[in-house]
Amino acid sequence: MLAQQLVNGILLGATYALFALGFTLMFGVLRVINLVYGFYFTAGAFVALWLTQAGFPLVLALPAAAVGAGAIAVVLDAVLLTRLRRTKADELSSLMVTLGAVLALYAGMAAWLGPDIRRLRPGLVGSGALDLWGLRVTVAQLLILAASGVLVGALLWLVRGTRLGLAIRAMAEKPDAAALMGINTAGLAATVSFISGALAGAGGVLIGLNFNAIHPYMGEQMMLRGFVVVIVGGLGDIFGALLAGLLLGVVEVLTAGYLASGLKEAVGFAILVAVLWTRPAGLFGRTDVRRA
Amino acid sequence: MAAWLGDLYWTYQNVVVALGVNGLLALSMYVVLAAGQLSLGQAAFMGLGAYSSALMTLTLGWPFWIVLPASCVAPVAFALAVGGPTLRLSGVYLAIATIGLGEVLRAVYLNVDALGGALGLSGIPEQASPGVIFAVLAAALAVLWLVGRSGTGRAMEALREDATAAQAMGIDVGRVRLAVLVASAVLAGLAGALSAHATDFIGPNDFGFEPAVTILSFALLGGIGSPFGPVLGAWVLTLLPEVFRGFADLRLVLDGLVIVLAVLFLPRGLLAWRMPRKAA
Amino acid sequence: MADAEEGRVTLLATSGLIRRYAGLLAVDGVDLAVPEGGVHAVIGPNGAGKTTLFNLVSGLVAPSAGTIMFAGADVTRLAADRRARLGIARTFQNIRVFGAMTLLENALTGLHPLLTSSLVGIVARLPRFRREERQAVARAREALALVGLQAREGERAAALSYGDQRRLEIARAMAGGPRLLLLDEPAAGMNPAETVGLGALIRRIVDAGTTVLVVEHDMRFVMALSDSVTVLNFGRRIFSGPPAEARADPGVIEAYLGAKVAARLAAR
Repeated sequence: MLAQQLVNGILLGATYALFALGFTLMFGVLRVINLVYGFYFTAGAFVALWLTQAGFPLVLALPAAAVGAGAIAVVLDAVLLTRLRRTKADELSSLMVTLGAVLALYAGMAAWLGPDIRRLRPGLVGSGALDLWGLRVTVAQLLILAASGVLVGALLWLVRGTRLGLAIRAMAEKPDAAALMGINTAGLAATVSFISGALAGAGGVLIGLNFNAIHPYMGEQMMLRGFVVVIVGGLGDIFGALLAGLLLGVVEVLTAGYLASGLKEAVGFAILVAVLWTRPAGLFGRTDVRRA
Repeated sequence: MAAWLGDLYWTYQNVVVALGVNGLLALSMYVVLAAGQLSLGQAAFMGLGAYSSALMTLTLGWPFWIVLPASCVAPVAFALAVGGPTLRLSGVYLAIATIGLGEVLRAVYLNVDALGGALGLSGIPEQASPGVIFAVLAAALAVLWLVGRSGTGRAMEALREDATAAQAMGIDVGRVRLAVLVASAVLAGLAGALSAHATDFIGPNDFGFEPAVTILSFALLGGIGSPFGPVLGAWVLTLLPEVFRGFADLRLVLDGLVIVLAVLFLPRGLLAWRMPRKAA
Repeated sequence: MADAEEGRVTLLATSGLIRRYAGLLAVDGVDLAVPEGGVHAVIGPNGAGKTTLFNLVSGLVAPSAGTIMFAGADVTRLAADRRARLGIARTFQNIRVFGAMTLLENALTGLHPLLTSSLVGIVARLPRFRREERQAVARAREALALVGLQAREGERAAALSYGDQRRLEIARAMAGGPRLLLLDEPAAGMNPAETVGLGALIRRIVDAGTTVLVVEHDMRFVMALSDSVTVLNFGRRIFSGPPAEARADPGVIEAYLGAKVAARLAAR
């Protein structure tokens, strides 16, 4: 039973990690707590919903949703944050702008589409389950794990192993110096926005599959997990977010299994507060904590 | 005829209550913004005040004059727990932690039976008349005005302008930040207790993400040059949907856009006047 | 203050002060002794660790090792605001006045530690609050008068010229009557006339009993003004003594002009 819980927790945690990766990447490189991020997640889920309703298979709908969410991210980042970046406004200004924007986007979407929960077409992925050494794993869960693994691997390769990744890391360290060295920081900001948005969009599709519930405010409910993961993992730390995501998934499943399912959000948040009190640089302590 | 009059009175009273409560919430946002902090826990603090006061009235049967001040206890405790560790860190940590607090508390209200679950708590006696609400609002405005025109007010503004320079002037940055967060929790807690005892019902969704952002829009629309700006912003944003009835669905869209436009194009708000910072 | 005339009491002393930044030693084992009274300068080429030393002394940066004594007390672990309360005031290399506030309000923030009224006292406008506020305003006006800005007390600080903002920063730091004033490159960006005025202002500050420790780039300005000079290079102290000797010291010349020029000067 415990083994089954752990497996479920890790599978859930993989989606949390996937969701939080783009969020922490955005902060690490662009120095923006971009709360619109939750909307990219919602947007990805809806793009996949509409495409599969139109008859497209999931193997097409998932990448299309990621690209769509990435494109939305590029546009919104340009509209909302270009001006603040140019005037070198403080972190709180950009946080407030994205906060206002995301409320308007959620509320606008709810007003347009209605707040009802939508479900993906049944039979989109096999409904079967595998029996692995006595552990039950559904096909949907396997798909989520595989897709999360591929996306995380691709991101790590991109950041660590390519010229683009080198530029991204340079910008994260010293944006002014990066600009002087001829890096096109505006273009790079758009690229990072696209990658982050695409990760969020893919996360939206996968979590939509997992819980089979798609609605305008789904991104907002996910943001709480995003906060827990990025702070516990260390703001801007990609590996930290990966580990913290898995950890949060396991903790939530165990809380729901052994305590009460209504407490799972509270337990995650308690961990966040405990980390802030004791290890503000994150559980793994690899990033510099940002002091005022 | 009588029913029509009654309806009108009801509508009118709800708006009056909302003006008072939202004014207090705007001030609760103002005190932290005025010291350069961003807390998004005002709705959560309000919810804590509302739920704790409702329980004190409904299950303990305490009189309202005790319930009202006691409603600040839970918000202040949570403010210290969440704000305490973030005060020496960059402002984004407080913002994140306080948004998280709101989301978590909503989940708790929804899932704890003693708090009424999704149905919330109802049958709260209507002990907070508009007179009481506006008396509290006026008192809060007066206190913020007087404190604003003192060394404490100057310390807050210095902190917002440049925390490092403020510290080099001998201002205890952590202490001021903790003080404004506690003040914010007190104001929001009072607003929650007053609103719970003016409308007889509270539910888990009254204190989540949307109200938290709406409260920020009050302060940013009005401007934070003086405590009057946020109250003005709250009143404008409370009355607009009442005036344009067909518009009610898009109220949250408006609140969100107000924040975006205010930060980008109107950083000093509608009331750009900045209060003087010395006692007469 | 009586000791100031003798000028032999050590007001500020650092020993073995080290500050490391990711593999770089910005300040590397600096011993500094500043006697009470007079003007003392810390000079050195760019990147010598002067500003880091100031940040260590004022408490904005924590040392990696070493101790800082001020007026006989160990302040190494005290936060910047506590040190300010003990009488260490400072200005910043890149001006940091509170731009939205008036000149008088800026000067008043320098008096913050002297205001002790409680919330009740403030809200009720009790006599102690009124008295403290009145005294603070009077002292803030004196500080503005010291730098010659008293006529403009109601203007916003951001509206001042660059040189005037520097003077306002000095007024803000002086308002509380500090024992030690740290000036971080006060002459930077000033025209010659303003620099002369600044020298006179620093003299007035010293004559009033405050010890001044100044970090400067401009050698000529410092040499004329200072009673003693400490020279830093690559985070280390390479000289400490009277300005005239600093000018003749081969190590100092080499640090400033490079080894080649120093050798040529020595050969002459």
